[in-house]
Amino acid sequence: MQGESSVRAGLRRGAPLVLPTLALGVSFGVTARPVIGVAAPITMSVLVFSGGAQFAALSVLSAGGGLVSATVAAVLMNARWLPMSFALAPSLTGRPGKRALEAQAIVDASFAMAGRGDGTFDRGLLIGATLPQASAWITGTIAGVFASGLLHNPDALGLDAVFPAFYLALLAEEIRARTEPHELRTVGTVIALATAITLGLMLFSAPGLPTIAASSAALAGLRTWGSR
Amino acid sequence: MSGVWILIGVLFVVTVAFKAVGPLLLGQRTLAPRAASVISLLAPALLTSLILSQTFNAPSTGLQVDARLVGFVVAGVALARRLPIVAVIVLAAGATALTRLVAG
Repeated sequence: MQGESSVRAGLRRGAPLVLPTLALGVSFGVTARPVIGVAAPITMSVLVFSGGAQFAALSVLSAGGGLVSATVAAVLMNARWLPMSFALAPSLTGRPGKRALEAQAIVDASFAMAGRGDGTFDRGLLIGATLPQASAWITGTIAGVFASGLLHNPDALGLDAVFPAFYLALLAEEIRARTEPHELRTVGTVIALATAITLGLMLFSAPGLPTIAASSAALAGLRTWGSR
Repeated sequence: MSGVWILIGVLFVVTVAFKAVGPLLLGQRTLAPRAASVISLLAPALLTSLILSQTFNAPSTGLQVDARLVGFVVAGVALARRLPIVAVIVLAAGATALTRLVAG
């Protein structure tokens, strides 16, 4: 079955992320335990499965911020999945409930890997790539919560450099997949716009917002489509 | 601490809704070529933004340049030399860790 083989392809492509995600999960568990205890971080990793949102909430709470601002920070971090959800929608098949369930496999890395470059997405690859990341994130959180006393400063291992490096690798693939000069020009424009928007907004806005705003850089695709 | 459980509940419901709303509202309508063109550029836009915000974010607002920049540059060099993804990740984390160790 084609679907099955693309799930397997997704598992293979998600595999390099298992160790780094495990390590990040550990670092979340270690950091969370003194702030919100044992059960809450584990439940959060199972239900929410979002490093960005969970670290955002945690950093507000540990800085002494209120629950409302912690929730808002975390929600803002995940709002970038809203445009991704619309982008993915036409590539899903079956009944609405099934499609909505499959869309839960959206996370940044899997979304980028599952894109075919023509605006459609490989649903099996998306799900396959998310499964190992979810297991690693949850396992890591549990390990971190219980090993909290052993590892005091996860940043000493450079774990916070893991995801930017991985995203940079995915971005390089996005660029290499575009061979036509006009395609390269467009993706260059998008990257430049996204850079300007992100760095500009980071100067004064809450975390999460710059990334949502930067997704509008993709609208550069309208102009080049028209000029072709 | 029961407030934390409310946070988790709200975050869970909102996150599920963010991911489900596209398929539920848009259905399986086929994409206009213009829309497909924009959607295929969403990944590079978001990746660029995530890289920058995770490399330069400061504890509150503003930009902060620290050891993460070294990891970012090392990752870029490793990618330019076409090293495998796992090597890129390990080198970036190692370079960041080493910088922190040296800079104390």
